[in-house]
Amino acid sequence: MKPAPFTYHDPATTAEAVAVLASHENARPLAGGQSLVPMMNFRYAAPDHLVDLNGIESLRSLEVGARIAIGAMTRQREVEFSTDLAAACPILIEALRHVGHRQTRNRGTIGGSLCHLDPAAETPAIMLLHDATVTTQSAAGSRDLPMGDFALGFMTSALEPDELLTRVSFDAWPQDHGWGFEEYARRHGDFAIASAGVLLTLDARGAVERFAMVIGGLGPTPQRLHDFEAQALGAMPDDDFIKAAANAARSVEAMDDAHVSARYRQHLASVMSARALRRALACAAQRSLQHA
Amino acid sequence: MPDIRKISVTVNGKRHEAEVESRLLLADFLRNTLDLTGTHVGCEHGVCGACTVMVDDHSARSCLMFAVQANGKSITTIEGLAQADGSLSILQEAFRQKHGLQCGFCTPGMLITLTEHLRDNPDPTEEELREVLTGNLCRCTGYQAIVEAGLDAAAKMRASKAEHA
Repeated sequence: MKPAPFTYHDPATTAEAVAVLASHENARPLAGGQSLVPMMNFRYAAPDHLVDLNGIESLRSLEVGARIAIGAMTRQREVEFSTDLAAACPILIEALRHVGHRQTRNRGTIGGSLCHLDPAAETPAIMLLHDATVTTQSAAGSRDLPMGDFALGFMTSALEPDELLTRVSFDAWPQDHGWGFEEYARRHGDFAIASAGVLLTLDARGAVERFAMVIGGLGPTPQRLHDFEAQALGAMPDDDFIKAAANAARSVEAMDDAHVSARYRQHLASVMSARALRRALACAAQRSLQHA
Repeated sequence: MPDIRKISVTVNGKRHEAEVESRLLLADFLRNTLDLTGTHVGCEHGVCGACTVMVDDHSARSCLMFAVQANGKSITTIEGLAQADGSLSILQEAFRQKHGLQCGFCTPGMLITLTEHLRDNPDPTEEELREVLTGNLCRCTGYQAIVEAGLDAAAKMRASKAEHA
């Protein structure tokens, strides 16, 4: 239960950090450490070089406007308590409250969660829901990737070994958008067995104008329901519509594990989807009254 | 060759200089190097919350931080909660009065978590206390008495603040 020996590096800039990553074999960046350090304690992970990013001030930033940009080392706590984000992107705050506990969110970072890419993690799901862009940096330069391409597979991101995630950015939804996030975990703060997030706007008739829906916890990475989203446009959001959304969520391919069968995961995904969608609709209806 | 670093850490207001191996966890540094054994080590993977300490202004798992990362930081452990004259803090006293501890293993983490929470939220609901305590596992006392102690301490802290205002 103690980590294997490693050499510690504490760069002050991103350039220094990527130079260390590029020049050392088996080097790992350390963000908030709320997933990597347990893995090191169990010796599931045994990097020879640990590159601590906590001293890189430029990776801690939060810009909230028409475009929202979050520096990779911004702590979950800082996002959770941002009043600007609470107004511009309330679903992210709601989802973050399900991430671990107060003590882990105090240190855990947005970028760390995106790179760790646990299948049940809320932050990757919310970024996928927003079609976020992930920006990475290596000694060779920087690149932008859509979140969907960044999340390659089970706990596997598209990051190269010498690359760092530096920020994630996405467009804010219109002020009157409706949103809903629901998840089921056995205990508060545990990894979700299934989660669902919904963003939508309604037109003047009350029909669906814009729609995005994500399911977390079922497959190796979070999944958008692209087919259903396309069908949803222009639909009247009645009970049949909610049933159709729940059925679409149920059809996402799901993993089995020692605790939970794939079928149960799919069942939970359908229930969470219906609840999230109902909340999003109620929220949009209420907000359109406020803006009318 | 072990990777040794020099660190300077303030713990409970007292500055300590030490040479530590990079892989030394903060929890083990506090317990074994500084002999502050009030911080307990339970699961060593961030689940049980017994090792929770305050790092600068916020609670954190000391089993998920390396001592070297505490360089230049200010740490508060359970040994730093009592008042200057050695008498118990309002929260500690409430734990004693409300039977908020039995075996005492989880208590250091419970106290740090609640110290932070009551600072930020002086008038918590029972629901809020129960939610923040999801990060601290208790296997013997039961949460009922711990939550009661938290609510009692919050009320007493508000009263004491009003008195001094």
